Parts: sequence; C-alpha cells; structure tokens
Amino acid sequence: MTGKDAPVNEQGVSGPVIRVVLPYHLRMLARVDGEVSLEVEAPVTVRRVLDALEARYPMLRGTIREYGTEQRRAFLRFFACEEDWSLEPMDAGLPAAVAKGKEPLLIIGAIAGG
Amino acid sequence: MSKVRVLVGTRKGAFILTSDGTRRDWEVSGPFFAGWEIYHVKGSPVDANRLWVSQSTGWHGQVIERSDDGGATWTPVGNKFVYDGAPGTHQWYDGTPHPWEFKRVWHLEPSLTDADTVYAGVEDAALFKSTDAGATWEELSGLRGHGAGRDTFAPHWQPGAGGMCLHTIILDPRDAGRIYIAISAAGAFRTDDGGANWKPINKGLVSGFMPNPTAEVGHCVHHVAMHKSRPEVLFMQKHWDIMRTDDAGESWQEVSGNLPTDFGFVIDVHAHEPETLYVVPIKSDSEHFPPEGKLRVYRSKTGGNEWEPLTKGLPQKDCYVNVLRDAMAVDQLEECGVYFGTTGGQVYASADAGENWTPIVRDLPAVLSVEVQTI
Repeated sequence: MTGKDAPVNEQGVSGPVIRVVLPYHLRMLARVDGEVSLEVEAPVTVRRVLDALEARYPMLRGTIREYGTEQRRAFLRFFACEEDWSLEPMDAGLPAAVAKGKEPLLIIGAIAGG
Repeated sequence: MSKVRVLVGTRKGAFILTSDGTRRDWEVSGPFFAGWEIYHVKGSPVDANRLWVSQSTGWHGQVIERSDDGGATWTPVGNKFVYDGAPGTHQWYDGTPHPWEFKRVWHLEPSLTDADTVYAGVEDAALFKSTDAGATWEELSGLRGHGAGRDTFAPHWQPGAGGMCLHTIILDPRDAGRIYIAISAAGAFRTDDGGANWKPINKGLVSGFMPNPTAEVGHCVHHVAMHKSRPEVLFMQKHWDIMRTDDAGESWQEVSGNLPTDFGFVIDVHAHEPETLYVVPIKSDSEHFPPEGKLRVYRSKTGGNEWEPLTKGLPQKDCYVNVLRDAMAVDQLEECGVYFGTTGGQVYASADAGENWTPIVRDLPAVLSVEVQTI
C-alpha cells in the first residue's frame, strides 16, 4: 500500500481510507450526511470496517450488529461492488476496490416494514 | 403563568406540543427522529429540561437519546441492554419454551430524586436501570429471578398479543425502595427494596382466558396508575376489568361498574383528586376500537364503580381508533388538564378535567405514548 492509498490514522497505523454508505436511519443517528470515510488497517474486512465505524460513531453500536454475538442484524445487508456480502464471513477480505476506497461498502436496510 | 409541554411518541417519530397555562393555543414541533418508532418520551421530575426518548426500528433495534434542553437538541446515550446472566426461556404463546430476547424499550421512568437515574421497562420483560444519565444500563434481575421453582417464576410467563413487555413502572414518592411494575401478560409486581426482591401482586385479579383464572401470575395487565398523595392506592386497566387496590397490591377489587365495556388500555388519575379516574373503553376481544364508533372518555369521581361518559368535542360517530396503554396523561395545573392520543394520530386535550375536549393535532402518525410536563 503506497501513496494516497496508505494514509496514517490516529493510531499511527498505515491503512487505506474506506468509504461507507449508511442507511437513512443511521445517518440520522450518527448526524452525518452522505458517505462516511474511515481509516481501516489492512486487510480490510467487514469486521474491521464496523470496528472503525463504531469507534468513530459510538451511537451506532448495536444498530448494525448485535451486542454479544456481533452478528449482523437480521434486516440489514452488506453490499460491495454490486455483490452481496451479507452472508460472507465477517473476516473475509473485501474486494480491492472497496479496500482502496474506489467503491463504498453499502450497508442497506432490507425492504421491509412501512 | 405555567407552561405545558406534551411529549408524544408515534410510529414514525416524536412530537412536542407546547402551550401556556390557558392551553388554548399550541405550538407543534417535530417530527424528531423521523421514521423511528417512538415508544415513549418522558421528562425528569427533577429537571424539566432533561427528556428521555426510546426509539427503535426493526432494522436497527433500540436507541435511547437524552435531551438536556427540553427537546431542542438530543444526544444518543447507551443502548446496551444485556440481560443479567443466561437469559433463559419464557413460555411462547403455545406454551413451549422460547428464548428470552431483548426487543425494545417500552417505557422510560425517570427517578423522582436524581436526574441521572432512569428506569427502562423492556420487551422481553425485564427492568433495567441507569444511574449515569443513560450511559450504561443494568438489569434489576431480581424481578426475573424471584420465585425460583414456583409457577410464578419467569420461565412460566407468557407474552400478550403485543409481546411480553414490561410497560408500566411506578415509583413510590414516599418510599424510595418501593417500585411497582406491570407486564403483559404476567401481571403486576412490587419490590420494597429498590429492585433486589420482588413479589407478584395479583390477588383478586380474575382472567377468564387462563386455565386457572385466579392464578398468581399470567394476567394481562394493560396499565396501572397512582396518585402521588396515596402511593398505596393503585388503579389498573386489565385486559378486561378496572381494578383497584388500597393496600399496595396485596388485594384487588373490581370497580368496572357501569362502563359500557371494561376492556381498554389507558387509565389515569386526576392531578388533585385522587378518587377521580379516567379510562377509554374499547371494544374487544379483537376489534380494539370504541364501542358504537363513539370515542368516549369515562370518568369516575368515586374511585371507580360509578362512571360518566365525557364526549364534548370527541367524535361521536364513525370513530374506530384505539388509545394505547401509555397514551394518556394529566397535567398539574390548578384546573387539571387531561390528554390522550389515538392510533389515528389525534392528540386530544381537555383543560377542564375532561368536560370539554379539543384536538391539539389531528394527523400525526399513530400515537404510542403521551406524557405531560407542567413547567
């Protein structure tokens, strides 16, 4: 990892900037508009992205993955590069385009409710 | 002149309705937390600017937020509601064991003496407490742990139609150790030591849908109300029956009297007349709308048994809304104001103890809860 793909985060760890798109309710809860940018140490996995997200925005704890089990909440999905990552292991490496910040990791609420 | 602030929780956000002491002109602010289900909003009796809100969605679970400026701004606080120890099981609707699972906070009850302390009644039924302004929550697990080996023990509890929710928390203003709670469909319980030990207080309740109609637990209590001057006297709206106890729940007597139906959800007590009660009769078993399409508040000035309909300003035809269990409240002004919200999105107010009613708002999302602050 070199150049603009390898910034130094607050802990002095070199890592890429990851883009995350939150669903509406969570943008409201975190008081953010648009995408969230996070520094995540490689290898970039869903677990590491969520760890960084919850560290930056503590109010999101428990709203994406369950307390205790850390399992994805049932009505949420993860998408990366137009692929469904919801059922992939949390420690699986995300696609290079997401890891390099070229594509966002999408956190999407299931089409349910009214 | 005093000011009144009505805190409204709805299926799609929270609203704050404010007026001066005349209660004629209202300012409506909101929606706050648009799109979130707001089961409850309540203010601290110690600090009127400190408000608590329970918000949830099926996607993201439970969030609690706190305001320290009367609802102008809000801050998310802790939402980690983890049962003490192994959660175990309760009975499912068919009597089979079902895992105890946290779903949401139904009711937030701020302490009467400490602005940083608040209680949370949750589904699946348990009582949590925060003493650090909502940062962390701890289960008062003596409630679910009481009575081990007996048939009042929590693994024998069953959910009501709305889920197994702890929906009512009443703090005794004279005795800091005494708390009453109610669970659908387990019944009412009391602690006298701040939550370490609990006992069911359901003697006198009769529920025909139960195999043993007078069992110690299993009753579907919808709501309980108390007047602060008489904390040993409680009034209960049960699934059917209006009940009263004069001995802190040791025994209950039915006071449904001449009501057109004794089913309903809300019950409340006049701010200054401890024998004056309000209920909204609802047709059941499954309709859950006002009898004959007439929305009527019934008032008893005799502590029950004798009830009069209050209808001025309320729709008396073609009205098929419901009034849910936490959706009625009273203010503390000299002439007591009474407020309730409907599943049709109306919030009605009476500035004269129920004689006349006016809608403050007509078209909110379905109202889940109404609380009032007199400031």
